[in-house]
Amino acid sequence: MSIEARHITKHFGAFAVLKDVSLHVATGELIALLGPSGSGKTTLLRIISGLEVPDQGSGQILLHDEDVTNRHVSMRRVGFVFQHYALFRHMTVFKNVAFGLQVRPRKLRPTKRQIREKVHELLKLVQLEWLAERYPAQLSGGQRQRIALARALAIEPKVLLLDEPFGALDAKTRQELRRWLRRLHSELNVTSVLVTHDQEEALEVADRVVITNAGRIEQVGTPEEVFHHPANEFVMNFVGHVNVFHGRVEGDRAFLGPLEVEYSGQPQTIAQPARGLVRPYDLDIDRQANGKSGFSATVQHVNAAGPHVKIDLLADSGEPVHVELTQERFRTLRLTLGESVFVCPREINVFLGGQR
Amino acid sequence: MNIVLKQRSILPGFGLTLGFTLAYLSVIALIPLFGLFLRTAELTWGQFWATVTDARVLAAYRLSFGASLIAATVNVLFGAIVAWVLVRYRFPGRRVVDALIDLPFALPTAVAGISLTAVYAHTGWIGQYLQPLNIKVAFAPLGVVVALTFIGLPFVVRTLQPVLEDVDPEVEEAAANLGASRPQAIWRVILPELWPVLLTGFALAFARALGEYGSIVFISGNMPMRTEIVPLLMVMKLEQFDYAGATAIAVVMLLASFTLLLAINLLQWWSGQRHSGLGS
Repeated sequence: MSIEARHITKHFGAFAVLKDVSLHVATGELIALLGPSGSGKTTLLRIISGLEVPDQGSGQILLHDEDVTNRHVSMRRVGFVFQHYALFRHMTVFKNVAFGLQVRPRKLRPTKRQIREKVHELLKLVQLEWLAERYPAQLSGGQRQRIALARALAIEPKVLLLDEPFGALDAKTRQELRRWLRRLHSELNVTSVLVTHDQEEALEVADRVVITNAGRIEQVGTPEEVFHHPANEFVMNFVGHVNVFHGRVEGDRAFLGPLEVEYSGQPQTIAQPARGLVRPYDLDIDRQANGKSGFSATVQHVNAAGPHVKIDLLADSGEPVHVELTQERFRTLRLTLGESVFVCPREINVFLGGQR
Repeated sequence: MNIVLKQRSILPGFGLTLGFTLAYLSVIALIPLFGLFLRTAELTWGQFWATVTDARVLAAYRLSFGASLIAATVNVLFGAIVAWVLVRYRFPGRRVVDALIDLPFALPTAVAGISLTAVYAHTGWIGQYLQPLNIKVAFAPLGVVVALTFIGLPFVVRTLQPVLEDVDPEVEEAAANLGASRPQAIWRVILPELWPVLLTGFALAFARALGEYGSIVFISGNMPMRTEIVPLLMVMKLEQFDYAGATAIAVVMLLASFTLLLAINLLQWWSGQRHSGLGS
């Protein structure tokens, strides 16, 4: 089942949460909506589900090419998983999962036995069969969210929407559930949209990532595309860590803080404000100037825990700089605190224009 | 289970506050109640029985308990709606409505009785329209119910509000998303969360209504066998210096209301057990 949102605009009072947003999700895809809080990603998800309505006459929602814009949420058969689970706390796990089947009109309602079988099948799917008779208050956060997912799947939804499903969980559980969701998705193959502000989550789980910002979509692409080929400065800045160097472009040269590099874009006859963005692992450290474009800086802090060594430096011109080296490279260099070194970028993305 | 009377704590205060609580309860509640039973004991069983089974007294019991039960039920139904509106929706004048709820708390009940009588009398603002329909409110048992409903409303609304605020609207969204109609969501998802507190509100409104005197004596007309409430009979006995008779009626009322409140508490405990699911 495909999902299509066409020209969706939504205001809360005078504030525009979504500005003419269009999105297409292909059948069986898992899409992540990634953006800072307030970027409109949750609102878009709620509009797809029918929990929110777009501004009067502003657009359409299509599920499998069928216009459902005016269909009530209870008739859309869209699975929705809430950030804070929204389990029914006075019902057992079993009854929570069975709810969607039990509220069906009598004619469409499965028999008691069918419901029982279906619920146990779902509990088996989320690997929590042994918790059927417990109440939500007796479960851990991760277990609750898996039950919430089972409950959403009980109505055999055409599409599955997840609103920051792992946002309230601790880091380790989050990572486990992420992998598990990925596996579950390839098993069920139900078209899914996941909202998150955690870029790691989005990049790891999704087939495609949609970057939202201030009510607009900045870029849609595979995790690799948005990470390595960001469409604009916002995307590069939001996805992954960056060092930002402020400066200007004049002719075909960019003067960015302590750096002077060649500008590969259209040469600017009049000087333009610009910023250079460099990933921490695209900066290299050397003992002395090596003829490449670079600047000198002082080592201020070293964190060698993890696969990469994270080094904080202060450029002589005053900017703080973050560098990530491989453990191997770090060992050869044998850096000490307070040492003066030479930093040079391997790759730099220069963006023209005013500050965004 | 291990009963620990006093837990050692860095922050003192348990002994002092418990001592105060017990002393206070004794002076305010226990000693007067004890006096009530003591006074009643002046009567022989025969006299006691004759007093409390007097036809006029029985009629008053029927009216007091009947009207209080009806008023508390009405209050639970409509109080729940009022509390819902105040908690869930933001509308102009919400604060005014919210403040109005407390009016029956603050208003001297005699004033309430007089105004209600004026409004519902056959010449009053509302009474004149009810008269042609042959509905008599003032100076009739219905008037008692109306007055008791008025004074009981804040008890239900104020007990319900904090609990309703605690019910996450997301739960309703989840229910709708799973295909539940609005009535299904209310019946299966919201009400089960509210049963215990609805019972509390009911018990409070009921208890308050049983003891009400001030407003009723004005609106009921105090007709023997028809619109006399139990507290009125007690006052009448006291005016005739029949203290033992008055306390005898009171003791029966006390035992009856105590039994009812106990039953409500048990019901509440039972529904709380069932719904929280936490066995402890």
